[in-house]
Amino acid sequence: MSTRGIGQNGPAALTFHALVTVFIMAPLIVVILVSFSGKGYISMPFGGVSLRWYREILKAPELLSAFLLSIRLGLASATLASAITIPAALAVARYRFAGRGGLMAFLTSPMMIPHVVLGIAFLRFFSIMAWTGSFAALVLVHALIVMPFSLRLTLAAVIGLQRDAEHAARSLGASRFIAFRRILLPLILPGVAGGWVLAFIQSFDDVTMTLFVATPGTTTLPVALYNRITQMSDPVTTSVSTIMIIGTILFMFSLDRMVGLDKVLIGKN
Amino acid sequence: MIRSNVWQSGTPWLLSMPALALFLGLLAVPMALTAILSFNAFDGMRGIQPGFSLTNYIAILSDSYYYELFLRTGAMAFGVTVICIVIGVPETLILARMRPAWQGTFLVVILGPLLISVVVRTLGWQILLSRDGAVNSVLLRLHLVDRPVQLLFSMTGVVIVLTHVLLPFMIIAIWSALQRFDSQVAHAARSLGAGPLMTFGRITLPQLMPGILSGAIIVFTLSASAFATPAIIGGRRVKVVTTAIYDEFLNSMNWPLGAALAALLLLGIVFVVVGSNQLIERKFRQVFA
Repeated sequence: MSTRGIGQNGPAALTFHALVTVFIMAPLIVVILVSFSGKGYISMPFGGVSLRWYREILKAPELLSAFLLSIRLGLASATLASAITIPAALAVARYRFAGRGGLMAFLTSPMMIPHVVLGIAFLRFFSIMAWTGSFAALVLVHALIVMPFSLRLTLAAVIGLQRDAEHAARSLGASRFIAFRRILLPLILPGVAGGWVLAFIQSFDDVTMTLFVATPGTTTLPVALYNRITQMSDPVTTSVSTIMIIGTILFMFSLDRMVGLDKVLIGKN
Repeated sequence: MIRSNVWQSGTPWLLSMPALALFLGLLAVPMALTAILSFNAFDGMRGIQPGFSLTNYIAILSDSYYYELFLRTGAMAFGVTVICIVIGVPETLILARMRPAWQGTFLVVILGPLLISVVVRTLGWQILLSRDGAVNSVLLRLHLVDRPVQLLFSMTGVVIVLTHVLLPFMIIAIWSALQRFDSQVAHAARSLGAGPLMTFGRITLPQLMPGILSGAIIVFTLSASAFATPAIIGGRRVKVVTTAIYDEFLNSMNWPLGAALAALLLLGIVFVVVGSNQLIERKFRQVFA
């Protein structure tokens, strides 16, 4: 018998774990390293660290405008998705009604449909409606595809709630709206905010669906990045990616503070 | 009283009205229009021809090129799923045995990349898998190969990167099954003299099975519908259904054919999900009856 007890990781297990960790982290680390190289092609920064490819971003106005568009799109679509999610989450969490299961399935279906299929459906729809190149139309379809994420966290917050305070407010004469505004909303706010951040990240990251409906005037950052990566080998893609990685890590910290990262990633607490 | 009942039953629908309006207008209608589009004929000169015809479906089903395309996509998704199970099961068990502080850290390290753009992760792999990239130099230094292996624009490369992108989903699914797992049973088996392999095969694995299977369904469907990774890593040499749809829509401009391919992809995925769900239910009813 070995000296370690049952249920502890041995050297073989820890080696395996180290390899998996390297496998997961390697592509992210390599992107960050390459972004600090000063050479004119994709290479490791062994000859010295340089910020050349970060300065290069400033010389690429289409990347900057794509970045700003992605931010505006993420803000607008996450806000719209959260606004329509709150009443829908209340409906699903608090009422038992015919069609409840169907409603949930319908509202989470954008997660099940391949984004290529959604992309062509929106491309066709936009061309029929003459919405091609419209920022507002892009906000609507982004709100649609990110709503399931916002719904998941908002729903968890509403379901986990004690209704005592709300009942007390109502019995003391508060209207339904006041009870919602002053009692319920503040209580579910962490879940709603977590859902908003997750929705923003999903909107900001989406490439496949957006690729189909993006026009030169509505190119998001991932789409611009995708176009550059498939067309040429250009180190500026690594500096843009590094900024996106750092941005995502900052959002992960805020998600952790709001709802706990385990809840976001695993879906249960 | 009756009025208040009607109000009660109407309230949830009233509350979900904004969401429903958005989903009906921008999901149901575009999907229906795309389904109709797949039954339109296409003419190189005159474009999309209205009217009902099965031309596109017949063109796809009578061409071995498309059979290969769907088979290649299915084989790719199957391969990624198997590798994700082989890595995901031991890794999840290892994570579960860690002390809480380490466990929290490594859950974020391993699952966190889910939140980072697929394009960014795929770019990292494009650099790693190139002819003079890190993977080839490690293989050369370990003398596993004599000369650089072609990993970019190969199916091997696409499977490696999709495994990286989708492994977190497998670990999450197994992790959820593990939360319902009674570790006392495994301890009992060990103290009654069962070896670690026997305990794993007879106690741990059967209890993890529901998680592995639901993880497998998620990974399979996401692999089959992945676009950015096969497009960047596979390029034109490794074409899958999603990249073929993209080409029909944005290069050949044959939208009806692309829509028919998309409809078949969606049908295939629904078939696999519903079919394997029923299979799982039947199997586990037998086991637990």
